[in-house]
Amino acid sequence: MIEVSNLTKTYGSITAVDGVSFMVATGQAAGFLGPNGAGKTTTMRIITGFMPATAGTVTVDGFDVFDDSFEVRRRIGYLPETPPLYLEMTVRSYLRHVGKLKGIVRNRIASAADRAIEECSLENVAGRLCGHLSKGYRQRVGLAQALIHEPAVLILDEPTIGLDPAQIIEIRALIRRLATERTVILSTHILPEVAQICQKVVIINQGRIALESDIADLVRERSLEEEYLRHVSGEALGAGQPEASTGGGGI
Amino acid sequence: MRNVAAIAWRDIRAVFVSPIAYVVLTGFTLLSGWFFFNMLAQFNRLVAQYSMLQGMDTTWLNLNDAVITPLLHNMLVVLLIVIPMITMRSWSEEKGAATFELLFTSPVRVGEMVLGKYLAGAALVTLMLALAMIFPALLFWYGNPEFGMTAAGFLGLYLTALAFVAAGNFTSSLTSNQIIATISALVILLLLFVISWPAEGANETLRGILTYLSVTEHFRNMAKGTIETRDFVYFLSLIATFLFLTHRAVESNRWK
Repeated sequence: MIEVSNLTKTYGSITAVDGVSFMVATGQAAGFLGPNGAGKTTTMRIITGFMPATAGTVTVDGFDVFDDSFEVRRRIGYLPETPPLYLEMTVRSYLRHVGKLKGIVRNRIASAADRAIEECSLENVAGRLCGHLSKGYRQRVGLAQALIHEPAVLILDEPTIGLDPAQIIEIRALIRRLATERTVILSTHILPEVAQICQKVVIINQGRIALESDIADLVRERSLEEEYLRHVSGEALGAGQPEASTGGGGI
Repeated sequence: MRNVAAIAWRDIRAVFVSPIAYVVLTGFTLLSGWFFFNMLAQFNRLVAQYSMLQGMDTTWLNLNDAVITPLLHNMLVVLLIVIPMITMRSWSEEKGAATFELLFTSPVRVGEMVLGKYLAGAALVTLMLALAMIFPALLFWYGNPEFGMTAAGFLGLYLTALAFVAAGNFTSSLTSNQIIATISALVILLLLFVISWPAEGANETLRGILTYLSVTEHFRNMAKGTIETRDFVYFLSLIATFLFLTHRAVESNRWK
């Protein structure tokens, strides 16, 4: 379970995240939506313990990310926006290295790496250098490294960005499979992705939570797109229309 | 300890799967060989000349003073330039890539990262100097230089190189730009090298401090064959200081 309460992060005079609170239950997958610069990555980086918050708390399975940082790190698998690959390593040796860093016992590292390779369908490229892989494969290796220590929580920062449609479908299917037994937070720009994978949606805009809701409740009334635009523009859906009509009526 | 080894091992492998290690090792050995060859040639010329003269004091004309010590000094200058280039990647590269996020979201202490990266740099430098041992070894094979003095000199060079690695790691931890890391390391090392220059004209206290801070003074002592605790203390505290500063710099990155 992930509990974020009153999270605030400021960089100098800029407030990136402002009093954000939300909760993701164990086994639930939450979609984290918001425009660029809304504070998604900052929030995720704080949850993973990469950087401390200015104010507020985050607990993962009851452990505070700041006070029990190592307990949290052991429970979290994190895929940053760019997969954190060492380009001169082969996929297999890279995964084994990550396994060591994550604290997997020595005699289980090889099998953990093999399991992650299998889970992310990387068998064909296991012996190739990370630097020689296509973007889709790099993303999958990124997922494999997030999974290697069998974390209960997965934090995925835009896992399908920059992939071609076939790769997107593949990665989505993989995430859906992984999400069945894990708590997942997934940030994205792609709304249908959330509807397909997640049970819950959290919309963040200008550092504040605009909406926290179960997908089921949401879809009943309005489509996710409508909700998103409504909350991100801060007004009703109609707000975007006059602009469009002036643009169209130029000549 | 296991994390230290994992990080050190990855960094060492990264250097050896790329051409970096081979270029550095070849370049350093080649330059040292060139110095060695020329000093030895000059030594032979001098011996030939002086052997024709009688009654001259030629005790200064020995392998240690005429070949090994100058060789060590020249190697020191090469190390001063090469080591910042070896260490520039250590932190800068990770900071520029997402792997920094991987390290900081893994259960690894900053101290373990600092030590691991330092050991990786130290390992390459150890190998460089081990290869350069071939030159004194040749002298021992064909001549009879003094062992103690040679060993003390090499130890001095090694300690200096280890301190240089720590300084290079520090500047690398400050920036994600490898060129800035290299140049700042070069500046720090050169300053440590020439810091005692104004010592002669300075007053007693200042002279003491400047002389103590100078890498050259401590290295020169060891190259002369004297092994003293104060020189050890100097080099070890230099290493400890830079590792501590690296630790602080890396830790502070997360608070920005």
